[in-house]
Amino acid sequence: MISQVVKDLKEGRLDPEEYVERYYDRISKFEKKINSFITLRSKEEVISDVKESIKRGGRLAGVLIGIKDAISTKGIRTTCASKMLEDYVPPFDATVVEKLKREGAVILGKTNMDEFAMGSTTETSYFGPTRNPWDLERTPGGSSGGSGAALAAGFVDLALGTDTGGSIRAPAAFTATFGLKPSYGTVSRYGLVAYANSLEQIGPMSKNAEDLGLLYSIIAGDDPRDATTIPYEVKEVPSEISVNGLKVGVLKDILEASEEPVKGIINRIIDKLSSEGAVVEETKLGYAEYALPAYYIIAMSEASSNLARYDGVRYGYSKYGDGNWKETFSKNRGDGFGLEVKRRIMLGSFILSAGYYDQYYVKALKVRRLIKNSLDQLFAKFDVLVSPTMPILPPKLGEMVDDPVKMYAMDVNTVIANLAAIPALSMPAGFYNNLPVGLQLMGRYLSDTFLVGISMFVEKLTKIYDATAPLQ
Amino acid sequence: MPKIGLEVHVHLNTLKTKLFCSCSSDYINKDPNTNTCPVCLGLPGAIPVLNEKALTYAIMVALALNCEIAPALVFSRKHYFYPDMSKNYQISQYDGPGSMAVAKSGVLEITNKKIRIRRINIEEDPAKIIYPTGSMLTSKYTLLDYNRSGIGLLEIVTEPDIESPKEAREFLEKLRSILEHLGVCNCDMEGAMRADVNVSVEGGERVEVKNVGSIKDVENAIKYEIARQKAAIIQGLKVERETRHWDSERGISVPTRTKETDEDYRYFPDPDLPPYPISKDLIKKITAEMPELPDARVKRLVEQYGISRKEASILVMDKALADFYENTAKLYKDYKKLANLILNDYLRWLNDKNIRASESRATPEAIAKLLSLLDKGVITIKIVKEVLPEIVLKGADPDQLIKESQLTAIRDLEYLEKVVEEVIKEDKDAAEAAKNDPKVINFLVGKVMKRTGKRADPQLTNELIRKKLGV
Ligand SMILES: [Zn+2]
Repeated sequence: MISQVVKDLKEGRLDPEEYVERYYDRISKFEKKINSFITLRSKEEVISDVKESIKRGGRLAGVLIGIKDAISTKGIRTTCASKMLEDYVPPFDATVVEKLKREGAVILGKTNMDEFAMGSTTETSYFGPTRNPWDLERTPGGSSGGSGAALAAGFVDLALGTDTGGSIRAPAAFTATFGLKPSYGTVSRYGLVAYANSLEQIGPMSKNAEDLGLLYSIIAGDDPRDATTIPYEVKEVPSEISVNGLKVGVLKDILEASEEPVKGIINRIIDKLSSEGAVVEETKLGYAEYALPAYYIIAMSEASSNLARYDGVRYGYSKYGDGNWKETFSKNRGDGFGLEVKRRIMLGSFILSAGYYDQYYVKALKVRRLIKNSLDQLFAKFDVLVSPTMPILPPKLGEMVDDPVKMYAMDVNTVIANLAAIPALSMPAGFYNNLPVGLQLMGRYLSDTFLVGISMFVEKLTKIYDATAPLQ
Repeated sequence: MPKIGLEVHVHLNTLKTKLFCSCSSDYINKDPNTNTCPVCLGLPGAIPVLNEKALTYAIMVALALNCEIAPALVFSRKHYFYPDMSKNYQISQYDGPGSMAVAKSGVLEITNKKIRIRRINIEEDPAKIIYPTGSMLTSKYTLLDYNRSGIGLLEIVTEPDIESPKEAREFLEKLRSILEHLGVCNCDMEGAMRADVNVSVEGGERVEVKNVGSIKDVENAIKYEIARQKAAIIQGLKVERETRHWDSERGISVPTRTKETDEDYRYFPDPDLPPYPISKDLIKKITAEMPELPDARVKRLVEQYGISRKEASILVMDKALADFYENTAKLYKDYKKLANLILNDYLRWLNDKNIRASESRATPEAIAKLLSLLDKGVITIKIVKEVLPEIVLKGADPDQLIKESQLTAIRDLEYLEKVVEEVIKEDKDAAEAAKNDPKVINFLVGKVMKRTGKRADPQLTNELIRKKLGV
């Protein structure tokens, strides 16, 4: 538990150097195999920061954290796992990073991800794929795969991810860690390199439910620099929550569509909840079959717009030749972006072009509204909706990345929460042949801490927390 | 009749900040790229946040132009790649599905005519492109200055109701006066008001002249285009739809090299800027707080100061000039004489030097004092006209000026009599003729004036000559 670490550091029971050394030891042993960091800070710098931070105090005084490389860190390069931003060093901190520093957290490094968060396996990274610490042949999920893998490998105990369509929850599910996609507008996006603004949120990732709640309470809150944040006081995580009488909806169709081992593990948890007194009922989300296409239409449209700024003029990859500006822009963008990014920019540009806009984009927005309405109806009846986070077990490297349609289909369970702006949490549900399976909890808008409370209860049932992969 | 439509771009340079960040809106005369931040440079992760004052300004302009105001402020992204764009999209507004302009369907009245306003948009200005050689064609590279990037703009688009260069000028002068009275734009700043001009003549397609920098240039560009297009049609040539560039140095429009195509800007609502509701209460509040507009001011000036409608109109056309008149009128009560001086001599000097009233260095105190000295007979009207440029251009103090250069009127009878006698003695023929012809008396007065360095009191001199000649 982070709260204990903070106490031990403060009260001198834990030596700061020893504390930092412990993580660097593991990193030096296993990072070559995992590749969870794009940028790792030097141990000396980190030790000195930790000591300084302990003196200043704060709720995370001295605690190490990994930050997904899509989040701007002043003075530390922020690459978004792209050749385009390989050498880009932001002159400012993201709001969440400011908040973390104010509470004494110390950045250990920047974690690997899919390029510009476009992917579900952390294989589209320009810096090479991240491997799953539970099985090095497999992906840790994505796009925040570096954060998930670093947690599972025991490189760090707290991390930030970003979630546009499941990018926090997929890695959480595949690495037996905890991740929360917060209610839209509760966490500032200022400093988050935009992929799809209307869908994404920065969110906490951790090894147990308590730390998840702590990290969320620190990064959440409205921000005058992000007009999409809402006036929001983070509620306390309810301690000692009881599921007795809790109305649980099981998304039957989603569950049925999942792989057998996944289904089995989730069903066992549902049974346990039921025997603890939860009122479990099977239900179905309307328009679920349209969620995935609607999600990808919106995400790609926004992406094509957001990524227009990378032309090499002000920052980022640029090679000036003899050509005019058009040729130079084309060359920079052609060389700087990877294949998946180019695919999404092209599809997004197509969708937004005259004649197709109404046919695709406007329709996708309609689907989004319908799904939101359907969820509102479900939440009139249920306190929480449960489902598998991912319909499959962690796939092997290469299995998905070359087949975009298959890769996009992995996100079928997770995109719903992004479309509807509601909070969604993934937590370890169990293992199948040593491969993690994640449970997804979705709640009403702004019920984030309530979901964390439920996960604390479920954590006691599964007894899976602070899980670290047995790396050799 | 030619058909002319204008797209006027107005810098919201009184906003204090840029449209979506806290950088200063005062970007002129700063070192290149020093008035910037992550937002207006389009750095990854930076998010625009609206300066809400811009909405108030847009509503004020919309009300002044009798527009319908939208129920919400919605920003859209307009995509096109160009080196002056920090994000390769411009945050603008769009009339289309899920989107709307902040105001539309207005009207501005000029002499005997109503010019319809199609719409008003709020948008951001791009960076400034600087060609090292001064020309795009000969420069090996392009310099970019982002100091201007993100400055708030209002785009005011008319229907093609304008039919002559003169009407365009009148429209723009009135619009400028409205903007200045509302305080939304300091239109004297370099580049604060620019226009794209659409001109078509009978038998030809619409031609757009982009980015014309001043009202005078708009008038010239339209004159040039009408002549050019008419000549082409007379010669049997086609006037095709195209975009041209105004070369104000040479006074001609030249074709831009880009081919005219209907570019697809892929507009969609900016997801970083949630729609901002424009409530009836907000409009009511702004309406109640609207400053006096030019038409109302003209009416008031006529009533309050007893000057003619024409005089009042000229004053109000330049807000600073009207302000100057009113401020001086607090100190000097012969309002007609004051109007006369300001509209004739004062304005002539401004026009001569091609400056606007806001750039004059004269104070109301100086002008009031000058007129009082005239009334008291201390100086002559000739002296008034002579010292005026010093006051206007250098801010000289009339007392000081007159004392230093001994310009006070000569009312010393003994001395004047002596000069009159000399003049009559020297030109006996004229003196004889003057007995029958008042014009020749004036001629003699002129001679006295010349000899006294214009300081002789003309009235007194006239009387002395008559007395001497026994007329
Ligand atoms: Zn700025």
